Amino acid sequence: MSAEGGSAIAGNGRGYLSERGWRSWAFTLDHKRIGVMYLLTTIFFFLLGGIFALLLRLELLSPQAKYFSNHTYNVFFTLHGALMIFLFVIPAIPSGLGNFFIPLHLGAKDVAFPRLNLASYWVFVAGFLVIIGSLVSPMDTGWTFYTPYSAKTHAAVATLSFGVFLIGMSSILTGLNFIVTIHKLRAPGMTWHRMPLFIWAMYATSIIQVVATPVVGVTFLLLAMERLLGVAFFDPTKGGDPVLFQHFFWFYSHPVVYVMILPAMGIVSEVIPVFSRKPIFGYNAIAYSSLAIAFIGFLVWGHHMFTSGMSPLANLIFSFLTFFVAIPTAVKVFNWIATLYKGSITFESPMLYALTFIFLFIIGGLTGPFLAAMATNVQLHDTYFVVAHFHYTMMGGTVMGFFAGLHYWFPKMTGRMLNDKVARVAWALVFLGFNLTFFTMFIAGTRGMPRRYAEYIPKFHTENVISTIGSAVLAAGILIMVWNFVQGLRKGAKAGANPWRSLTLEWRASSPPETENFHEIPQVSDWPYGYGTRKA
Amino acid sequence: MDNILAFGAASAEAGRVDAVFLFIAVIGGFFFLLTQGLLIYFAVRYRRRSPDRDNETPGITGNHLLEFFWVLIPSIVVMAIFYYGWIVYADLRAPRTGATEVYVTGRQWMWEVKYPDGRTAINEIRVPVGKPVHFLLTGADVLHGFYLPDFRVKMDAIPGRITSLWVQPDRPGQYQIFCTVYCGDGHSNMQARLIVMPPEQYAAWASGEERHGEGKDRETLHERGERIVGSAGCLNCHAIAGKEKVGPNFHGLYGSTVPLADGMSVKADEEYLRESIVDPGAKVVKGYPNVMPTFKTTLKPEEVQAVVEYLKKPD
Repeated sequence: MSAEGGSAIAGNGRGYLSERGWRSWAFTLDHKRIGVMYLLTTIFFFLLGGIFALLLRLELLSPQAKYFSNHTYNVFFTLHGALMIFLFVIPAIPSGLGNFFIPLHLGAKDVAFPRLNLASYWVFVAGFLVIIGSLVSPMDTGWTFYTPYSAKTHAAVATLSFGVFLIGMSSILTGLNFIVTIHKLRAPGMTWHRMPLFIWAMYATSIIQVVATPVVGVTFLLLAMERLLGVAFFDPTKGGDPVLFQHFFWFYSHPVVYVMILPAMGIVSEVIPVFSRKPIFGYNAIAYSSLAIAFIGFLVWGHHMFTSGMSPLANLIFSFLTFFVAIPTAVKVFNWIATLYKGSITFESPMLYALTFIFLFIIGGLTGPFLAAMATNVQLHDTYFVVAHFHYTMMGGTVMGFFAGLHYWFPKMTGRMLNDKVARVAWALVFLGFNLTFFTMFIAGTRGMPRRYAEYIPKFHTENVISTIGSAVLAAGILIMVWNFVQGLRKGAKAGANPWRSLTLEWRASSPPETENFHEIPQVSDWPYGYGTRKA
Repeated sequence: MDNILAFGAASAEAGRVDAVFLFIAVIGGFFFLLTQGLLIYFAVRYRRRSPDRDNETPGITGNHLLEFFWVLIPSIVVMAIFYYGWIVYADLRAPRTGATEVYVTGRQWMWEVKYPDGRTAINEIRVPVGKPVHFLLTGADVLHGFYLPDFRVKMDAIPGRITSLWVQPDRPGQYQIFCTVYCGDGHSNMQARLIVMPPEQYAAWASGEERHGEGKDRETLHERGERIVGSAGCLNCHAIAGKEKVGPNFHGLYGSTVPLADGMSVKADEEYLRESIVDPGAKVVKGYPNVMPTFKTTLKPEEVQAVVEYLKKPD
C-alpha cells in the first residue's frame, strides 16, 4: 500500500497514554482511550462470567447436587450467560477493539462523534451498575428471560432488564457512531473497496446493532411493565401470549449473534494475510458475505422456537431460510483457507488464534445443519448439543477472534511486545481445554442430556467429568494469557510502529499512537493487502 | 448400541430421525475432513522455511470460478439436508387415527397425566404398545418441555395453549421423560416415565382390575405409602435425607417442631402431614418457597393416609 505521510515519530514514546490521572480517562474524547476502557471493562466481565462457568462445571462433576443447591446453580448459569452475552461478547470487539481501530484503519483522527462515544461508554457503565445492583435478588431465569417464568419469579427481573436496556442503548449509539464514521471519515483515496475487511465487518455489525437492538429494548420494557404494572402482554391467564415474548426476544437475539461473530471474522480476515504474507483471497466475497450474513440473520429467528408450537408452515420457512446462513459463512471459510495457499506462513500467537478460529468455527458451522434440519432439531433442541454448538461458534469463534485481535494489536495499543513463547503455551492450553470442555457436550447432547440441569441421570456422568477437567485446562490457559498481558505491559520489549509488517493504516501510526493518530492524514491509493511480489 | 446412545430408538420414527442425523453427519464429516485437511495441509506445507522467503508469495487475489462453485455446491447440499429433515419431521407431526389420547400438564415440578376416561396419574404415563399415542400438552404455571429421548421428539408445554405430540411405540418398556424448558428450581428433577404395556396388560390396568389387585393386597400401609411417594413426584422436590432439594427433607420430620414463615411453629404430627399434602399453602415452612401444589384431587384420602404413615418412618 502506498500511503504517504503519517510516519512514526516517537514523541515521548507514550503517545495517547501520556496524560495521567483518572480525569484524563473519565472525560476523554479519544476513541483509543474509550476503546481501552471498554476492553478492560469487558475483559473483567469475561473473567467474572468465566468464574461462574467454572462453578457450574464444578457442580456438574457429580450427578447429584453436591456443592450448592439447584437454585444457586440456576442463578449461576443465568449470571454466566447474561454477563458473557451482554457485558462481554456483544461489546468486547465492537466497542473495545472497534473503537480503537476503526478510526486508525480509516486514517481518521477519531470517530465521527467523540462526545457521543464517551456517552456510550458511560451509559454502558450505568447499565452494568444496574445489572450488578440486580444481584440483591439474583436472576434465575436464564439469559433468555422466558415468560411466564420471568414474570413470576421473585428475582429482580425488572432491574436486570433495565440494565440490559441501558447496555442496548449504548450499543445503538456506538453502532450509529461507527456507521457515520465509516461513511464520512475515510482517508482521502480510501474507496469502499480499499477498506480493510475489519471495517466491512464492523459496518455490517453496526447496522445490526442499530436496527435490532431497539426491539430488545422494547421487549424488556414490556416485560418490566408486566412485572411492575401488571399489564399482561405475555401472561396467558389474562389474554397474553408467552410465545410472543420468544418472538420478540429472538428477533433481536438471533441477529445479535452476528454482532458477536462478524467483528471476529473481520479480525481473522486481517490477521491471516499478514502472517501468510499473501493478499487476502476473494476480498469482495468476504466483504459482501458480511452484509449477506447481517441481512439473512434478520430472517431466521424462528429457528430458536421449533418446539414452541409454531405452525408447521412457519417451521418450514424458518428451517429453509436458516440453511442460507450457511452459505456466506462457508464462503468466508473457503476464502481464508485459500489465502493460506502458497503463502509464507508464520505462527506467532495472533496467527495461532486466527487459525484456531477457523478450525473451531468449522466445527461450529458444520454442527449447525443438525439444528437447522427439522427432524434432528426436534431431537436436539434444548439439549447440550445446542450448548456445544453455541460455544463452538461464540467461544471457539468470537472469543478466539478476540484473542487473535488482542495479541495482534497489543503492540499497537501498548507500545510493547508480548512474550510470544508464553502466549503459545497459553494458546495450547486454551485449544486443548476448549475442545475437551465443549466437544464432550456434543456427545452428551446427542445422547439426550437436556441443558440447564443442575442434576442429571448417571448415564451422562463420563461426559460431564471430562468436560469439567477441560474447563480447568481452559481456565489455566486463560490465566497464563492474562498474566502474559500484565507482564507485557510491565516489561515487554518496546514495539516498533509495525512489528508485524502489516499494510493497514494503524501500523503507520506510532506504537502507541499519538492522540490524533496521524501527524498527517494518510493518502490512500491501493487496497491494504498487497503482500507478495509476484503477480498471479 | 444402547450404551453409546444412552437412549435406543423406541419407534420406527425414531429410527428415521437417527437416519437424518447420520446423513448430516456423513456430509458434515466429508466437509470437515476437506476443510480441516486443507487448513492443516496449507499451514504445514506453506510455513515459512527461511526468513528471507516472505516476499516470494504469489499475488493471488481471488478466483471467480472457485467462488461460484463454493457457493453453488454448499447451496445444493444444504437444500438436500433441509428437504430430508423436513419430510421426516412432517411425518412425525402428522396426526394419526385411532391414537390413545393422553392429556399431560407440566406443573412446577411434575407431570400430571389425565386420560379421557378420568383416570389420573403423576409422572407415569401408561399406554398400550403398537398403537399411536397422542399427547395433548399444556403448562399449568410456566413453560415446560416434554421430551421423550427414546422417541427423538419433544414439544413445549405452554400455559394457555394445548400443543400436540405423536409417537408410536413399537415395543413394551419404560421410557424416560425429561423437562427441557427451564422452569425453576426443580427443572432437572422434573422427570417422568412412559410405560408401554402389552395390550392385554394395558386393558387390564385400564379397566381398573390391576389397579386394585396388582398383587399388592398384602402390602402394608407403610409400603404403599413408600410406593406413592415414589410415584407421585414427592421426591422431585423433597429428599429423604442428605442434601435438600426445593422442599424440606423427610428424615426426622415427624414429631419435630417446624418453624413457619409467619413466625409461629407447629408440631409435625399426622394432621400436619395430611394438611401439608392436601393444602400445602396453609402452613408454609420458614425458609422455603410456597410452591407445592395441592394433592387433594390427585391422591385419594386413603393414599394420603398411606403417605402419612410412610412419612413417620421414611428410612
